[in-house]
Amino acid sequence: MTSHKRLHLKTYLLILIMIIAGPLGNLMLGKGMKSIGKITTKISSPGEFVHVFSTVLSSGTIWLGIASLLAFFVAYMLVLSWADYSYVQPASAIAYGVVALLATLLLGEVVSPIRWIGIAIICLGVLVVGHTNPRTTENS
Amino acid sequence: MFEVLFFSLIVIAGTAGELCVSRAMKAIGEVHDFRPASLVKVILRALRVKWMWIGVGLMTIGFFSLLAILSFENVSFVVPVTALGYVAGALGGRFFLGERVNSRRWAGILLVCVGVTLVVVGRG
Repeated sequence: MTSHKRLHLKTYLLILIMIIAGPLGNLMLGKGMKSIGKITTKISSPGEFVHVFSTVLSSGTIWLGIASLLAFFVAYMLVLSWADYSYVQPASAIAYGVVALLATLLLGEVVSPIRWIGIAIICLGVLVVGHTNPRTTENS
Repeated sequence: MFEVLFFSLIVIAGTAGELCVSRAMKAIGEVHDFRPASLVKVILRALRVKWMWIGVGLMTIGFFSLLAILSFENVSFVVPVTALGYVAGALGGRFFLGERVNSRRWAGILLVCVGVTLVVVGRG
């Protein structure tokens, strides 16, 4: 395999990790927090705050979510060290769609048609935002 | 009511945190050497910049607000709305870091706003 091909493969692999690990991390945070319950009704004193806080930090699902988001972040940083930001950035746009898709499939969330359209427009907007010059300030 | 508070914290504290980190990293200068030992040095240098600490503190507030709102709202609602961070990012970049935001980027930001509005309206 040529080094050019290998670089492409490495880039695709890391972008794939980004697209899966990012949304999956958010999904796990959602699942973990839902199982704890609505926290605004649980906290009415500092003691309860400490209790809820320690419940959150002792949840395996939450830590898996954090680990998954860290994997996303490391993959993002690594790929940005050789690939152009504007080449990688569409992956962040797609992630908004993936998160909704996975939430319906894995968590059984219901997404209305209007909301799907909204998510699609957000993806498009993020795509347009990313496709601009990543550096507009001068080196100082 | 709590939703508005938590979303504001996610978007404003999260984005302000990223802007602070960005400012701190720009103060350090472009990273050319990606060997682990040099990266550790970059991180250590970053920890000496005041903006880095403010940024990490703000991002932590944003993260815990995200956890709070996920305890009672769907992921498919919360995550798309957090795209408002791009709006806050553009405004902050423009006024805090002195970046020039071109018309194309404003157009994208407008699209994000329209999309988020539909996501909020399409609550069903």
